[in-house]
Amino acid sequence: MDLREEEFIYPGTRACAGCGMALIYRMALKALGPKTIGTVPASCLTVLHGMQGFCSTKISVLHTPFATTGAAASGILGSLEAKGLDDEICVLAFAGDGGTTDIGIQALSGAVERGTNFVYACYDNEAYMNTGVQRSGSTPLGAYSTTTPGGKTTHKKDMPKIMEAHGIPYVATANAAYPLDLYEKFQKARKIKGPKYIHILAPCPPGWGFDPKDTIKIGRLANETGFWPLYEVVDGIFYLSKKSKKLLNRENRKPIQDYLGSQKRFRDLGENIIKAYNEYIDNLWKNIEKRIEE
Amino acid sequence: MTQAIKVNKEENRKILTGNHAAAHAFRQAKVEVVSAYPITPQSPVVEKISDFIAKGKLNARFVRVESEHSALAVCCAASATGSRVGTATSAHGLELMYEMLPWASGNRLPIIINLATRALGAPWSVWTDHQDFITVRDVGWIQLFCENNQEIYDTNLQAFKIAEDPRVFLPTIVGYDGYILSHTMMPVILEDQKEIDNFLPPINHHINLSDISKVKGVDPVTTPHIVKRKEGTAPGYYEYRYSLQKALESSIDVVKQAHDEFAEEFGRSYGNGIYKTYLTKDADSVIFAMGSIASQARNALETLRNSGLNIGLVSLRLFRPFPAEDLRNLMAQFKNIIVFDRDIGYGYEGVLSYELKSALYGLNNPPFIKGFIVGLGGRDVSDDQIIEGVEKGLDYAEKGEFSNKTEFIGLKLDELDFLNRGEK
Amino acid sequence: MTNSKKDYQKILGSIQTPVEGEAGETGTWSSLKPIIDLDKCIPVKSGKYVCFNCWLYCPEGVISRTIPPEVDNRYCKGCGICMEECPVQAITMKEVKIK
Repeated sequence: MDLREEEFIYPGTRACAGCGMALIYRMALKALGPKTIGTVPASCLTVLHGMQGFCSTKISVLHTPFATTGAAASGILGSLEAKGLDDEICVLAFAGDGGTTDIGIQALSGAVERGTNFVYACYDNEAYMNTGVQRSGSTPLGAYSTTTPGGKTTHKKDMPKIMEAHGIPYVATANAAYPLDLYEKFQKARKIKGPKYIHILAPCPPGWGFDPKDTIKIGRLANETGFWPLYEVVDGIFYLSKKSKKLLNRENRKPIQDYLGSQKRFRDLGENIIKAYNEYIDNLWKNIEKRIEE
Repeated sequence: MTQAIKVNKEENRKILTGNHAAAHAFRQAKVEVVSAYPITPQSPVVEKISDFIAKGKLNARFVRVESEHSALAVCCAASATGSRVGTATSAHGLELMYEMLPWASGNRLPIIINLATRALGAPWSVWTDHQDFITVRDVGWIQLFCENNQEIYDTNLQAFKIAEDPRVFLPTIVGYDGYILSHTMMPVILEDQKEIDNFLPPINHHINLSDISKVKGVDPVTTPHIVKRKEGTAPGYYEYRYSLQKALESSIDVVKQAHDEFAEEFGRSYGNGIYKTYLTKDADSVIFAMGSIASQARNALETLRNSGLNIGLVSLRLFRPFPAEDLRNLMAQFKNIIVFDRDIGYGYEGVLSYELKSALYGLNNPPFIKGFIVGLGGRDVSDDQIIEGVEKGLDYAEKGEFSNKTEFIGLKLDELDFLNRGEK
Repeated sequence: MTNSKKDYQKILGSIQTPVEGEAGETGTWSSLKPIIDLDKCIPVKSGKYVCFNCWLYCPEGVISRTIPPEVDNRYCKGCGICMEECPVQAITMKEVKIK
């Protein structure tokens, strides 16, 4: 595969060692190229971008308050349209799961409803990691966070499905562990006119409690256990991505314990949580099966 | 003035509401991006702008957002991308924008907000007072207040010029009373586009994300410290806020300049651009007020003058930055000042009242100042109320009775049966 | 006119310019660095531009897509992902003295 050589992030960022988000962002910028203006709300990505005066990325980025990512993207695009630059320059909104599924959902929903021609990427590390691991709407069942010391009692919000319900031309899921798949999805999104939404699982060594060397391994387990399937919805048509295809057969899915057991945030999970997970994953795949048949 | 110009101006005279006067100013300022969310009594501003765009009279992008918070976020982003931008709102809309207000000023984005003033809930009210305008006084915006629809049009055009001045680069709120002006028709002269283009050239922004060859990040985390690297040095938060405050302080001169230039070009002026005086030449006392209250006071002055009082009016046009020096110079000559606030600095007193007191601190023989609260939530303010306040105020002055306690004029507690029932 | 600008007219929005090592030399975060066994490394052995998993998966982008791949130890945070993702176990993480 022809992956762009050029890097758009200088080395020596403030991201933690083994950061899933850093890899995701590196691949996304490679796919979108230099003619991109980004907007980033409060998040770990703010940290990666660096402090006053100097930044680590080579593309232009507007930092914006937590709830406003979708609106900020609309504003940049509005101005680009006024200048006739909107075909040439890609607008990229890049937010975490809290900034997307919680505080930013209204502005995002508004932005896609009005057909904003932009790529919105949610890197999902499944909690407010930047502020010290508080639960978000995207924190999975049973996960420890500093605000769910006994484990979260509900499943994560199905954000891609919510975005799909907006009837936008492109929705995709991705995973830091599959950078080529991710790269292709961003490339594809750049070529489509209208709102594009890509939701990427971003394993987080300190927040999830695993060794930084295992970021890819754990991301892969999220796919292989069937917990985080990779797919695209293009103009309403569902396509299961190559790396998730064989998981249609239940036999090919690894036990969820393999994934959960690899992270400290899931320590001491009871039988009932495992059972709930198995039901959750079974349902997830039943729905996928149905959609593929359609 | 030549006959030809006069005829021309007559042709451009329209009968407009305050909201539509603002919309026409936006059209003629050639605003490039507008983003707004409907709220009473502002909505006709953006309806009219939509209409201009639909009819091809204004080449602007209108981003129809799902909240005011997003409206100002869109404006901030569009302004940072180098465009001339503006919006309009009222009361709760402005409050919902609050987070983005210091963001806009902190990034020195010359965004214009038209604020059709409205009381804040609870309880719900859609009628005017100045609480929304006053409540955002500490966020680093320039704030101007208008008394009639022509002034709304003129002030908007001046506002873009002031906000985009390289000595300033600050967002600006143009306030006017909801319904009283927003929905009331008045004659408004619309100036020739050519002359307006001359007065207001295209924006030359200090920041422009669309110029991607100059790669940069905007508004990152900025520490308390100066950052020094081999590549250069960067200010800390403290230096940015110093700069914001100094730009605000010095913008008073730019406000005057823009006003004077406008007056010269178009033949209309509003006092010195900072405040407007009326019947103050021989006055020993003045009323100090803003917007609808100042207008009402103009009316009441006739009666007051006929009763033998040497009283005039100072109507404040520039509320932020607060023109303390100008007011000191002006007010030192008066013995008494009666301030009418259509707002309260809750827990203290009317905001105009206490800000004027602070501005005049240290004068030798300072004027006696008494403040009154009037017309909250759109309660009608009549001549009688103004006269009542003036008489009471002058009486306190004579007795030397000074108090910071608020006094409400126009309250009708006596009409509330349930209040009297227990007493009898 | 522009030369007579006051200080506060020159300090406008907080903006950034891109630099290498925005967070400093992040190589100091860990003394563990990848050591590539060139006898095992696929591109080195084959002389072809294939594999480069180490380059692909590196979150910091500090491994070059060259034959042989090179690690920029000034910035490598020592996460060890490259070691995990090398299909032929050519990479080991070892203590390296940092200047």
